[in-house]
Amino acid sequence: MTSHPKPSQLQFNANGRLRHFLTTEGVPFELLTEILDTAESFVSVGQRAVKKVPLLRGKTLVNLFFEASTRTRTTFELAAKRLSADVLNINISTSATSKGESLMDMLWNLEAMDTDMFVVRHADSGAAHFIAEHVTPNVAVINAGDGHHAHPTQAMLDMYTIRRHKGDFSQLKVAIVGDILHSRVARSQIHALKGLNTGEIRVIGPKTLIPDDVEALGALPFFNMAKGLSDVDVVIMLRLQKERMKSALLPSESEFYRLYGLTEEKLGFARPDAVVMHPGPINRGVEIESAVADSPRSLILKQVNYGIAVRMAVLSMTMSGQNEAIDGSGDIG
Amino acid sequence: MKLPEVNDLLGQMTKTLQTLINDSATAPVVMVGIHSGGAWLAKELHQALQLQQPLGLLDISFYRDDFAGKGLNPNVLPSNLPFSVEKCNVILVDDVIMSGRTIRAALNELFDYGRPAKVSLVALVDLPRRELPIQPDIVGIQLDLAPQQRIKLSGPEPLTLTLIDRKA
Repeated sequence: MTSHPKPSQLQFNANGRLRHFLTTEGVPFELLTEILDTAESFVSVGQRAVKKVPLLRGKTLVNLFFEASTRTRTTFELAAKRLSADVLNINISTSATSKGESLMDMLWNLEAMDTDMFVVRHADSGAAHFIAEHVTPNVAVINAGDGHHAHPTQAMLDMYTIRRHKGDFSQLKVAIVGDILHSRVARSQIHALKGLNTGEIRVIGPKTLIPDDVEALGALPFFNMAKGLSDVDVVIMLRLQKERMKSALLPSESEFYRLYGLTEEKLGFARPDAVVMHPGPINRGVEIESAVADSPRSLILKQVNYGIAVRMAVLSMTMSGQNEAIDGSGDIG
Repeated sequence: MKLPEVNDLLGQMTKTLQTLINDSATAPVVMVGIHSGGAWLAKELHQALQLQQPLGLLDISFYRDDFAGKGLNPNVLPSNLPFSVEKCNVILVDDVIMSGRTIRAALNELFDYGRPAKVSLVALVDLPRRELPIQPDIVGIQLDLAPQQRIKLSGPEPLTLTLIDRKA
């Protein structure tokens, strides 16, 4: 895998509270659990007649997307709106701001508009980290996907989905299948699963798409679906990231589907009550069979729904963590 | 100062509440407790009054007016109103009313669920240091404490009141 920024202490304030959210790596169990618990309360908000709370009223969030996205950008937008924040959506082609200097100029201009939160997606690993290092104090930065590095809110919504449908992580075997090498989602999922003390974390795929350091991350590699899926509780399929493949890592799509595509037959290797997840967008007939994607065991659309509540939790916790004095314990009578 | 037994206060409050419910119009009566002390008390009152609708719970963390200064409560719990509040007589229960800010937040949250016919407020302890024009309808006990003193309800089993001195 390519070189990555070191796990960052930048995302914590002096009290160990989140003030940015750049990576799930190195986030302690208690804080990961707090994100999931807070999300739980926001799920109940989404089920009411008025799906909005006044928590971030008067705050401004900028969705700064240097890469295309539909699900992530819209769910961040909806999350911010349900927290009563104002939202600015900016989509920039990567080529226009490939130099650090112009990126900084853009940031300073946006900061001059008194914005409070940046949600950043960028093709370069470490982009959100770089922005977090350079923003003015009291501005929160949330990583919405940087290169091959991390996609922490996606990982946390996956963790929420797993906890809600399968319960205690320590009792679970979770398999992540497909293009692990190019997947920032997989990296963030492995760190989060490890941080939540998951029973067993497996990755399954062709040797060319499994990074060499995967065991050091805490995951067991498998190159065969029958063995890898045996006895697992959760199957997470990943999209084949053709746009990130620079060399011939795969013989063909059909070969990949034959060996690693999740069909009903291959799902039979997993536990009978195993659930199927996918961060989207799904490629039907490339990594997942339609019958599986649309089956009652598929949680794919639930993941999208939970993503709003999880992003509400992350936005409110990071804004809260911008205030160093905060311990959250005050009573107001 | 000797503080009263919570169960004794709850006994009196149940009687007063029963009268309030009997006197109320035809609208259905629902009870909502505010996390966490108010929820413990509401559970007791709900049981004693044998109300038909299940008990509702509110966590007002997302409606507090001090987010900028105090941030988000790390122990926020889901609010759950397993009924429609539309056209209902809502009995809102909290442990201690002091500034009135918690009740302001609770009312705002309640109205995001619908439009109740009426809201009544029940508080176990009233410390009359209001910062907002909000008054309880039924109170267990009113206490005049020194400015640095607070009352804390511990529970859920047993429910006990403790005097806290903030200088300590």
